[in-house]
Formats: sequence, C-alpha cells, structure tokens
Amino acid sequence: MSSDRRTFIKRLGMGAAVGLGSLAILEKTALVEASSSEPVETNSETRWGMLIDMSLCDPECNDCQKVCHAKHNVPDHGNKKDEIKWIWKAPFKNVFTDMNHTYLQAGLLEKPFLTLCNHCDNPPCVRVCPTQATFKRDDGIVQMDYHRCIGCRFCMAGCPYGSRSFNWRDPRENLKQLDPSFPSRERGVVEKCNLCAERVDVGQLPHCVETCTNGVLIFGNLNDPESAIRKALNEKKTIQRKPALGTRPSVFYVI
Amino acid sequence: MIEKALTGDKRYHLWMTALLLVIGNGVFYYLKQLEYGLGITGMSRDISWGVYIAQFTFMVGVAASAVMLVLPYYVHNFKAFGKIVVLGEFLAVAAVSMCLLFIMVDMGHPDRFINVLRYPTPNSMLFWDANVLNVYLVLNLLCGWVVLEAEKLKKAPPKWIKPFIYLSIPWAFSIHTVTAMLYAGLPGRHLWLTAIMAPRFLASAFAAGPALLILLSLLLKRVANFDVGKEAIGKLTTIVTYGILANFFFIGLEFFTAYYSGIPSHQHNLDYLFFVLEGHGNLVPFLWTSVFLGMGGIVGLFWPGLKENEKALGLICGAIFISLWIDKGIGLVIGGFVPNPLGEITEYYITWPEFSITLGIWAIGALILSVLYKIALSVKQAP
Amino acid sequence: MYNLKWILPPFLAFLAILTYPLWSGPKGAMPELAKPKGEACVESATWMRANHMQLLDHWREEVVRNQSRVYVNQAGQRFEKSLTKTCLSCHNNKQEFCDRCHNYTSVKPYCFECHVDPKLSEVSHVQ
Repeated sequence: MSSDRRTFIKRLGMGAAVGLGSLAILEKTALVEASSSEPVETNSETRWGMLIDMSLCDPECNDCQKVCHAKHNVPDHGNKKDEIKWIWKAPFKNVFTDMNHTYLQAGLLEKPFLTLCNHCDNPPCVRVCPTQATFKRDDGIVQMDYHRCIGCRFCMAGCPYGSRSFNWRDPRENLKQLDPSFPSRERGVVEKCNLCAERVDVGQLPHCVETCTNGVLIFGNLNDPESAIRKALNEKKTIQRKPALGTRPSVFYVI
Repeated sequence: MIEKALTGDKRYHLWMTALLLVIGNGVFYYLKQLEYGLGITGMSRDISWGVYIAQFTFMVGVAASAVMLVLPYYVHNFKAFGKIVVLGEFLAVAAVSMCLLFIMVDMGHPDRFINVLRYPTPNSMLFWDANVLNVYLVLNLLCGWVVLEAEKLKKAPPKWIKPFIYLSIPWAFSIHTVTAMLYAGLPGRHLWLTAIMAPRFLASAFAAGPALLILLSLLLKRVANFDVGKEAIGKLTTIVTYGILANFFFIGLEFFTAYYSGIPSHQHNLDYLFFVLEGHGNLVPFLWTSVFLGMGGIVGLFWPGLKENEKALGLICGAIFISLWIDKGIGLVIGGFVPNPLGEITEYYITWPEFSITLGIWAIGALILSVLYKIALSVKQAP
Repeated sequence: MYNLKWILPPFLAFLAILTYPLWSGPKGAMPELAKPKGEACVESATWMRANHMQLLDHWREEVVRNQSRVYVNQAGQRFEKSLTKTCLSCHNNKQEFCDRCHNYTSVKPYCFECHVDPKLSEVSHVQ
C-alpha cells in the first residue's frame, strides 16, 4: 500500500518533501458499535456477516428493501427483464431450493424470505471475473468496482444465488430521486448488494439492519467470539443457502 | 495476394454486396445497442447470456475443427488433404474472428475490453479464453498465409513456419477446452457442471466443423470449379461420422446421469430443453429438431452408398451442421439458465435488433471467408 | 517507390486529421469559472488544475479497492476522498465550474454518469 502511495506522489511530482507518513494513513474498517463518521482502526481479522432471523420478520414489511434501494439509487424499471435488486423477498422454496420436502411446516414453502448477496468467503463471482472488478475485501465484503466492470456478466453465470443484476439500460431513466451520497450505476455494468461497505467503513450499520425495527437482521464480525452475531449464532439453530457448493456464505438464516 | 480478393465475376460481386448489406443492417442495430444498452436484446436478469454467447461457443468449435485437417496433413503426412488444408485454416480464421466479435457485442462496456489485459486474472477462464483465441487467430492466419504464399511462388514453405503449424494443433484443442471450462466450473449451473463438457464440445466441434467444410467444398466445386478431391471429402466424412457419434454418445451420458441418479436439479435443465418444465418449453421444438436432424444424419452416413452421392452428402452434412448448431448455438447456453438459481423460470426470446446483429456477424464471417477463399483459390488455380 | 504523388498527399492529410486533437488547442479565451465556496482546496489551486484528474482517479481506486477513505494533504489536513462530498461541497456550481472548463478543453469525463451532483434532487440526463 505504501509503495503505491510513493509511486503516486512521484508521478504527480509532489517531491520528496512530503512526508510519507502524512499521506499514508491507512483507514481500516470500523467497529459497528461506533457511530462516528471518522474511520476507526480495527484488526484485520474482521469478517463481516449477517444473521437473518425470519421468525421475527413481518411478511408484509418491505422497509429494508425500500431504504436500501433508495439509498443506493437502485432503479425500478417496472419489468422483470430489466429488474435490478440488491435485497428482496422470495418464497422459502426459492431461497432454499435444496430444502424443500412434501411435509414441510404448513405455509413455510411460500413464506417470503429475505435474500441478498451472501458475501461468500469463497465467492465464485470473484473467481470468474476477468478484470477483478469483483473482489473480496479483507473484511469479507464482496465488493464491485463499477469503474472496472466490462459487463461480460460471467459473475452472473457464476453466482449460484442469483444475487447479481445487470444494467441492461440507463438506470437513471427510472430513478425518480437520486441520493447524492451514493453514486448510481451506468448501463452496461453488473451490480449487487455491497453490504453497505460505504457505511461499515465509517462505523455505521448497513441500511437494512438499521431500518429493521423487528430486529430481524443482526450484523457483526464473525471472527469476534464476543460479537452479537456470534452470540446469536451460538444460541440459535441457523442454516445457510446451498452450503454443499462450498461458497461459505457470510449470511445465515433462522427459519 | 490480397489484390485477388478485389477481382471476380459478377456473382462474386453480387455475393459480397449482399453480405455488406446484411453487415450494414447489423452495424445499424449495434449502434442502437450501444446507445440504449443490452436491454435491446432478449436477455434478462435470469437469462444473462443469450444468442451472442451461444454463437460464440459454437463458432469456437468450428474454429477448432481446422485441426482435423492440419493434424492428418502435417503429422501423418496424409497427402489427400493438400488442397483443402488451407481452406480449413482460413475457415478457422473466419470463425475465430466471429467469436471475438460475438464477445465484443455481448459486453456491456466494450470500451473497457482492454481491462482484461490491464488486470490479468489467471483465475478467470475468460482471461485465458481471450488469450488463446487471439493467439489461435494469429496462428491460423500466419500458417495459412505463409504456406499459400510459398505455393504461389512455387517454392517449399519456409522451415520456420513448421513450429507454428505444430503449435496450432494443441492450440486448437486448447481453445475449445478453455471455452468448455467457462461453463464447466460454475457451481449451481447443473447443465454445465459436467466433467465431459470439454470432450462434448470437442466431439460436436469435430462433427460440425468438418461438415461445414464438406459443404463449402461441394459449393466451391460448383461455383468456382475447384475440386478438393474425392479422397479428401471421403476422409472428412469419416471424421464427421466419428464426431457426431461421439457427440450423441456424450449427450446420452448426460441424460443417463441426470435421470438415473434421480437428482431433480440435474434434470430441470434437460426437462426444460426436451420435455417442458412446469409449463415452460419454448425451446423443446428446437431441441427435438436437433435430435432428429442429427439422427437422420447418422442414418444417412451409414446408409450404403448414400454418401457417395454429392447431393445426398450435402444434405447429410447440412442436417448435422444444423443439428449441432441448435444444440450448442441455442440450447446449451440458454438452457443452462433455466431454471435460475432460485428455481424460477424465465424464458428467452431473441429480439429483432439482436437477430440483426447476430446475422451481421455471421455475414462478417462469410465475408472474411469469401475473401480468404478467393485468394486461396486464385493461387491454387493459377496456371 | 511508384505512384508516390498519388499516395503521399492523402497520407499526409490522413495524418493531419489523425493528429488534429494534438495540435489544435482550445479556441478562445479561458472561460470564467465559478468561485468555490471555501477558502482552500485540498491541494494548491495550481496543482489541482494540473492534477485533479489523477487525484480523483487515485481516490476512487483507494476508496473502492483499498478501503482508504481519508486523504491527508501536505499541510496535514484530513479530507474524505469523495468527489460529491468533498469537492462539490465547495465547488457547488458544477455547471459553471467542472462543465464549463471541460467544455472549453473539450474533454468528456464520465464521473457524473454515476456520481450525483448534490444540487440535482431530480434526475437529469443532461451532463
């Protein structure tokens, strides 16, 4: 990282007078509990994860999706073909395709379940991306670099969860409101949930977690045994989507 | 030698003009696509690759099949291929050019294609595919051209070309293997997640490519008075026979694994393609057409004496080519997306702009092929 | 070389057209740009004029890929690496600052295809 900075300064001809240290302040991920806008140092042993307790989720409520899509400038094209979604609800049978059986608890098959990018520890989308436009950060967030994406959509074929959307057309045509705090995308790039990296980095909770008043969503550091999410994982019976594929999702579910 | 492509009789000019018109139509709709985005096609969130990538996949096979001429001629010294080997290499040039164009038109940000080289990513099969395809293009153009040039000057080909010719042999296998690996390594796409994807690709390629070459040879005999020779056609027919048999053998194995194992997720894609899945089956007629044409082709190949008749052979090869084109150029790619990872079904219908662009690229391929064949024939037919 | 007199002039004309952007400078006087709100930029104005594009390019790489969101300038002041939140908070007139100069120099950066001018609450496709 510091060598990167060094070449940058050299390239810009700022000269050796500038102390490296002054520029080389490495801002790392923050504790979620902190809420200042100033980035805070943490250890690099962070792996962000989410626990979704569907027993607490109101089937009629869609607040998390509304806020997420509004804050991230996700357009609503109004048709299935061009659809873009970061977090949404789908019936249990679709979210957990491999856990259906005839005598499942009444109503469960059709019960809406929240689904979003799993931020896999072993993400196939990252493996197949030819330009590293999709990559995994040190803290486990699978991030997209929209500046680099060539729109080949290999990641969409690679993702076994259907978590990725492509901008088949100009997203701004169907954005009534633009939130200036986050960029929109342009046509021709893939996008998906970023686990609110822009908020997590400054010590805030993801929008969906912050919005949910029912406590469905718990966000935290999977590598910290004392974190709320780890404690909840210890206490509750949780499952993951398609664990047999070896992608090791960072999103867990309580049915 | 290139100047030979500019002269020709009336039919030649008419043919080239027609191709240019089709290309013009494709370019027109490509400009529209650049302006609006890929939403102009029938692709969707669920079926995120359509006919472009399917054509790409099929054409890689046609390109790879040149090895079926180069290998016998240069390694086994099979002299009967002497007149046809350059036709195979030039077919590969046209086919790879089409592949690269199909990739370009499928990209959301074609202006950033150079990112593939700026940020080389060895873990991505697409990175390798882009590289092996470009090298294969250069290899075939080089080998075909240099040998033809030598023939024009009535000299033996230079010695330095030999290593490139030999290199093109494993390289042909590599392009189709890597293309198969684009698909065969994706978790959760059951139609594609099969270890015999690469062998399947090669088998269908070694049937479709030579079948097309036979068709082209028969055509050249009629329109250009150029005969590649009975022995060459006969040997190509044998190659097609083995290729198409291996292809259907592999498809049969896929069916066995899916249905005998009884694993539903392995059956869904095949259900969709061949039998209708939950009321959806817009590709079923196509896939059965493919099966009947392919089977008909096999029967024709084994029917005593039939393949000696040029017209019958043309029909057989046409049937086999179309059969494999449907299987790989439509079914394999689109069928892999149905159902989607959430078990939902979305169907894909090609749009007119998408069709025009696809046809335009086929026309560009035909144009490249016509130019190269014109040059090759004018050298070979020179007194 | 034969037919030189037929080949050379079109070739030179082609070269001239090809290199047109290199030898044709901006036409007319430098336009008047909107004054920023604040007192000082993240770096000196002269330096920014020459290097803002590299700085922004570096920022985006740092923020998106390296989780580094704070820029410390030569004077030791800290800024968030953000086009919309930092730059545009002082340069709050994009049309008469960014766009005016970019039009004059005939460059078309695509920052605002995605990044949002905070003054635009309604969607506008006109950059």
